[in-house]
Amino acid sequence: MERSEILKQFEPANENMLNILHALQNNNSQNYLSEEDIKIAANYLNTTYSHIYGVVTYYTMFSLKPRGKYIIRVCNSPVCNMENSTKVIEEIKRFLSIEVGETTDDKRFTLELSECLGRCGKAPGMMINEDVIGNLDNVDFKSIFENYN
Amino acid sequence: MIDGINLIVKRGKTILDIATENGIYIPNLCHHPDLVPSGNCRMCMVEVEGMRGQIIACKTPVEDGMIIRTESQEISLIRQTTLELIHANHTQDCTNCYKNNQCKLQEVTAYVGVDEKRLNSLRRTKPIIEEDGSNPFFTLDHNKCIMCGICIRTCDEVQGTNALDYGYRGFETVVSTFGNRPIKESVCESCGECVVRCPVGALYPKEEKLPTREIKSVCVYCGVGCNIYFGIRDNKLVSAKGDKNSIVNKGRLCVKGRFGYKFVNHPERLTKPLIKKNGEFVESKWDEALDLVAKKFSVSKGNKFATLSSAKIPNEDNYVIQKFTRAVMGTNTIDHCARLCHAPTVAGLVQSFGSGAMTNSIDEFTNASTIFSIGSNTTAAHPIIGLHIKEAKRRGAKIIVANPKEIDLCRFADIHLQQLPGTDVVLLMGMMKVVVDENLEDSEFIKERCENYDEFIKSLNEFDLDTCEKITRVPKEKIIEAARSYATNKPSSLVFAMGITQHSHGTDNVLAISNLAQLTGSVGKESSGVNPLRGQNNVQGACDLGALPNVYPGYQKVTAPEVQEKFEKYWEVKLNPDNGLTHTEIFDQIEKGQIKSLYQVGENPVLSEADANHVKKALDKLDFFVVQDIFLTETAKYADVILPATSFAEKDGTFTNTERRVQRVRKLVEPPGEAKDDWWITCEIAKRLGGSGFNYNTAEDIMNEINEVTPIYGGIKYDRIDEVGLQWPCPDENHPGTKFLHKDRFSRQGGKGKFFPLTYKASVELPDKEYPLILTTDRSLYHFHTSTMSRRVKGLESLNKEELLLINPRDANQMNLKNGEFVTVKSRRGTVRVKTNITEICPKGVVSLTFHFHETPTNELTICAIDPVSKIPETKVCAIKVEKIDHK
Repeated sequence: MERSEILKQFEPANENMLNILHALQNNNSQNYLSEEDIKIAANYLNTTYSHIYGVVTYYTMFSLKPRGKYIIRVCNSPVCNMENSTKVIEEIKRFLSIEVGETTDDKRFTLELSECLGRCGKAPGMMINEDVIGNLDNVDFKSIFENYN
Repeated sequence: MIDGINLIVKRGKTILDIATENGIYIPNLCHHPDLVPSGNCRMCMVEVEGMRGQIIACKTPVEDGMIIRTESQEISLIRQTTLELIHANHTQDCTNCYKNNQCKLQEVTAYVGVDEKRLNSLRRTKPIIEEDGSNPFFTLDHNKCIMCGICIRTCDEVQGTNALDYGYRGFETVVSTFGNRPIKESVCESCGECVVRCPVGALYPKEEKLPTREIKSVCVYCGVGCNIYFGIRDNKLVSAKGDKNSIVNKGRLCVKGRFGYKFVNHPERLTKPLIKKNGEFVESKWDEALDLVAKKFSVSKGNKFATLSSAKIPNEDNYVIQKFTRAVMGTNTIDHCARLCHAPTVAGLVQSFGSGAMTNSIDEFTNASTIFSIGSNTTAAHPIIGLHIKEAKRRGAKIIVANPKEIDLCRFADIHLQQLPGTDVVLLMGMMKVVVDENLEDSEFIKERCENYDEFIKSLNEFDLDTCEKITRVPKEKIIEAARSYATNKPSSLVFAMGITQHSHGTDNVLAISNLAQLTGSVGKESSGVNPLRGQNNVQGACDLGALPNVYPGYQKVTAPEVQEKFEKYWEVKLNPDNGLTHTEIFDQIEKGQIKSLYQVGENPVLSEADANHVKKALDKLDFFVVQDIFLTETAKYADVILPATSFAEKDGTFTNTERRVQRVRKLVEPPGEAKDDWWITCEIAKRLGGSGFNYNTAEDIMNEINEVTPIYGGIKYDRIDEVGLQWPCPDENHPGTKFLHKDRFSRQGGKGKFFPLTYKASVELPDKEYPLILTTDRSLYHFHTSTMSRRVKGLESLNKEELLLINPRDANQMNLKNGEFVTVKSRRGTVRVKTNITEICPKGVVSLTFHFHETPTNELTICAIDPVSKIPETKVCAIKVEKIDHK
């Protein structure tokens, strides 16, 4: 979608800033906010580039680097950590051959860590884009990742 | 009541303000009197009886009966803990810090105290962030930053540039540019306002030394006339600080004002007279050079002689130079660069109002409700007036910008009218048509104070809005909106500059402006008037003091017999009754062989005059050419004798700024080598030619003479302008000066303003098939005029080191141009080579260049089509073509 189409969905008011940025990020084929995205948002909201940059760098859900089609967010909060999320992270790293913060060569997956997902009952857990997946202690990651193409 | 002291205070102030005013110390770090309180350092906590917990003194307004305690055990504990947290993230290397002993953190720490033990437990091993030293004038050291946000707020509230903001979060928080890039690559304008306000050593100036003394003087760049305290150490200028008490700049400075003084110490300064012998300049003694000049000048008196004076030198020097030209050389042919900038303003406004200067004062802009800026790149050419306009905007004023380009000021504009270059009369007349059609005119004002209205109204018929839209390319809705705003949202102030004047119909443009102001009654009132922004630091003064071919000092007409008689009596000499030649005509007459000798002070026409190749040819033809300057300029290379003059920093005198304010310039350092004051040099030449009345000892002697022969300067005495300058007219020693002109009556004969009927005259050279683009000229914030001074300041040079041709992407695509590639720009008169900057700033069909760079002599392209009334050349519009350079 054209960026101007996205902006049209929101009033140019400061309280819409985060929604606008999310929409622009989702619209970006590389799942991040390019400088062009930021400039367009700033112009639309009649604020400054440096201000939007400050907001984007403040929130971890925004990325300034191009990312994969699917963002894996492994929960690393205390409960998941106690249920051995460290091992989960290591396994995903090994399986996808990437470090945390990196993107696979085929641009499919980016691995990130997250604060609590609110699914402590199914710890350790993770999100792949909008899907929450729990009970990761003994799963076959291949079968999970196969569903995301 | 604060700490048991009863205080009677004004409502609206904060607790911190009141405490500070009354000598009660409340520690604070993020507060700055120029900025809106942000309350983020949490140091100024106080307790107020009846209010829960601690409150922030810098953000809380005082109220009746408040009982305030600035100290308690609890307050101390909070302050101490907060301070320890700040210290924990702050480099503890005070002895190695620029701000040592002037640091606010040290001051607060000394008062609040920290517990070393606790501090050590809080301190974490933070990786050292590399300093950002990219800016040539200052460094940003994140490790010393205390996150007070003063720099961020300054950049927003004072400067309106917003180069900085907080970035990242938690421990990683830093003051960051967009993309966290080096400051030099950001939108930062290097004004240094943040550096001045940084309470610690996180932002500190480079290459600045602590001065041993400071002397107040006036900036030498643009016509705003900012007051600066220059720091001096070892006969060198080492620092510059805006004068907070100055009504002109209120302590603020732009990049040129704050850092641009460094040319004074430049090794290329001329230090000895130079005489050209066998094509080479040879150093000589003063006597030899002056004798030679006098000998050569003695054979070319009268019509064979011309003087080009300078808008850079003080009033006193200009007075002496015009006196020399008139009284000794017997000619009125003296002119200066005002011819190339505001000649139409003087010609036009004298006809309509009676006086060709800014009608308001600079500080009146802030209270205007509408500011209409047309043909002025205010933030680049007059940055401090730009700040006043931005301040007006923050106070709710409507800003209308009319400019063919999307200049920086457009960011603050409510309406941007993007007219085609050269169509200003149509745009303005269109606006007036709206005013009249919608009955928004000020009938009473027109009836009481103006004449020739009916004639003018008839001429409006030609300008129906559809025609206006077609010619100017401004949508008529925008013309209507702008007209309504200007006519109804009063007080309305109009600002203009070269975009109006540098046209073959420049005087018409100015008359259109005066028509609009009269029509809406927006002149002769506080914060409401017509304000031409003068370019050079003393261009107003050079005009006032008669460095013009048709007037003596104080705009007294050369052709008026009673005036001639007055000056003949005073100067004890017979004077020439005929008007002299103008700047542009001088070069024509040199080429025709009529003028044989030229005496030129502080000008560089080889770069500044339109159709510069014509100027070069003319200079080659001169029998004798004397240049008096501080550097060996491009023009000086053509001279037979070069006389080294003192710069503004080495002499006493006065500059008159754009708001007619005569301000003291003071000698700060000794001149380099044998450089001499301009007035001294001219007097020595005059004396050798038998001139009498050239025995001055000081610049003040000259001012005393000016007082006697120049009514508008009658009461301007050095002792009166020691602190604050006076605005002319100031006829006698008891007169307080004139804040705004034309109150109650216009200074024009008869006291009435005059409307002028106008028609549209197209620019002389319009684009055609062969030369399809319009070239317009502009200015850069970082340089001044032909950059004789600014390019000798290393930092300014590094911020803007080459000319760039601004060109619209659509035009660039058509020619398959890449950003940054070299192209040739050709007009019918010349060719230059320049890099491209592809940008939306220029509309399609219009390209833009400055004339700051001798490597790209833009004025070899421009056309010398002159305005018939004011003789200004049309440097704002000519037709050019851009050609890709074929590398094969």
